[in-house]
Amino acid sequence: MSERANDQTNDASNRALSSTDRSYLDLETSDKTYLDSNELVINMGPQHPATHGVLRVILKLDGERVLGTECVIGYLHRGVEKIAENRTYTMFNPYVDRMDYCAAVSNGLGYCEAVEKLLNVEAPARAKYIRVILTELQRIASHQLWLGTHALDIGAMTPLFYTFRDREEILKIFEKYCGARLTTHAFRIGGCQYETYAGFEKDVKNFLAFFAPKIDEYEALLTTNRIWLERTRNVGVISAADAIALGVTGPVLRASGVQWDLRKAQPYAAYSEFDFEIPVGTNGDTYDRYLVRMEEMRQSMRIVEQAVNAIPEGPIMGKVPKVIKPPVGEIYHSIEAPKGELGYFIVSDGSTQPYRLRVRPPSFVNLQALDIMVRGLLVADVVAVIGTIDIVLGEVDR
Amino acid sequence: MAEEVKTPAPPPPPQPQPANTGPSGGPEDEKKPTAEKPAAAASAEPAKPAEPAKPAAPTKPAAPAKPTTPAKPAGPVPLPWTSPMVEKYKSQYGSGLDALTYLGQNYLAVDRSLIPDILRLLRDEQQFDYCVDVTAVHYPKREKQFDVVWILYSFPRNERVRVKTQIADGASIPSSVSIWPTANWLEREVYDMFGIQFDGHPDLKRILLPDGWKGHPLRKDYGILQQDKEWVQINLGIESGQ
Repeated sequence: MSERANDQTNDASNRALSSTDRSYLDLETSDKTYLDSNELVINMGPQHPATHGVLRVILKLDGERVLGTECVIGYLHRGVEKIAENRTYTMFNPYVDRMDYCAAVSNGLGYCEAVEKLLNVEAPARAKYIRVILTELQRIASHQLWLGTHALDIGAMTPLFYTFRDREEILKIFEKYCGARLTTHAFRIGGCQYETYAGFEKDVKNFLAFFAPKIDEYEALLTTNRIWLERTRNVGVISAADAIALGVTGPVLRASGVQWDLRKAQPYAAYSEFDFEIPVGTNGDTYDRYLVRMEEMRQSMRIVEQAVNAIPEGPIMGKVPKVIKPPVGEIYHSIEAPKGELGYFIVSDGSTQPYRLRVRPPSFVNLQALDIMVRGLLVADVVAVIGTIDIVLGEVDR
Repeated sequence: MAEEVKTPAPPPPPQPQPANTGPSGGPEDEKKPTAEKPAAAASAEPAKPAEPAKPAAPTKPAAPAKPTTPAKPAGPVPLPWTSPMVEKYKSQYGSGLDALTYLGQNYLAVDRSLIPDILRLLRDEQQFDYCVDVTAVHYPKREKQFDVVWILYSFPRNERVRVKTQIADGASIPSSVSIWPTANWLEREVYDMFGIQFDGHPDLKRILLPDGWKGHPLRKDYGILQQDKEWVQINLGIESGQ
């Protein structure tokens, strides 16, 4: 194990991304293999439980060591951007939930805020607080789902049951709020459609009290677990410079030591009103990404707690016309989704339908870093790294 | 085609357009946002003081900015964007570069010939070290049919800028993969969806659609129900995917 760790560090120093052209996988090139054995090209996925959906990775192997990878994606491509051009702004709103279906609320927040910016309206303060509460609960739920499946991939089965048990409580709040658990369509352009239900604040506070010790429970299972440490430390290292060059965002970027979070850098919704920290890692390995996400759950709880104690009274819908017809122009708006920077670039031609709607998906861009993260590792580590990037193929393929 | 950007054509007649025909031009249209409603309807709005210092659209003197209710399509107009960075590049490149700001977001409309240089300068001199996105917009009625858009962000400056350029159908554009490696997949997606060629891209092939697919679905002339029937029949063994 330690021998492998050494190899990894050597590889990491050799792998610094130059700014010159870089071919991700040249299957023709023959690298020097161990004992001059034949290189092996194998297929992982798309029907593979550890690729989190329909990701297909072509692995070029020397024995069990990865020489290069190529991702084949698009199996879940539904043409979301084309659909947007053929729907009105309002009709397209539920579609965004189907991209990152593990964090539908965040997708909806990004889309609604982007259209609001284009319309030059703002959601009322109460709506913003409701949005922050639900979005942060969604971040916790998304990280729980990530933790459960990621740990399962690596071989720890128990966290899956713990996280799904606790995620249920968040989904119950969503269900009581808007009737849906996963694809929630929680927000509307201009604010929220639904007022909070009676007992919403109590439910949220109960959840916070319930969940605080649960994070410690997860950590007790994993943080100092010998097997977990061996499987995650120094695995899938990416330096800050490489991460920036590859456009990686979210917890993956922060684990490499870049303290950058859109909620702080360019605050949206009501985030400027809350105190929270941006956890960062130092090594940029799988273990640091785990620690960053664990801490992010705690910080999300802090935000929810502050928000739920200070929800202002007032309307929940801004002054938005029935027929949404933004003026001619274009806008880019992005939010810090659980997986990274989720951006919407909307071009309006003054009609009721977007002329062009581009989604900048965090999973898609982060997945590009898989190649550089797994070179030199073993096949089993590829599974760990796919898990640690936290991709959702619905968002990668759109 | 910087001249085209700078002199807006007369406003088109008001027309309810289906989304897949679209407006005739990109930046031109933005400069005459009141074109689709008579200015009288718009002037009922309380005019906010965001009148352009140097009106970007001289054909529209009565263009009010920032309506409080967005019901009217009359909206804010792109204003000239000035900053030391812009001044520097303007003196360097002259008319090939236009700097505008719309709803607080800055963008540079640059001539296609400046494209690799200006992107490299933005990264090297102006610290735009993070390429957020590369995408394109199709305007089939325009002579140069495509807008290619780079969305850039600078970590040290905490600032965003967009770079736009226009290219004709079938024309190619230098790849920015050597500037930001993240552009690799993003440019592949643009190629896949619009058929825009990126010169110097290390591996320009389809990314979301299958390799043998014919057509580029995000072009405006590609219908939403359209598909490559031949591909579907051969590869999936079914009559139609719908």
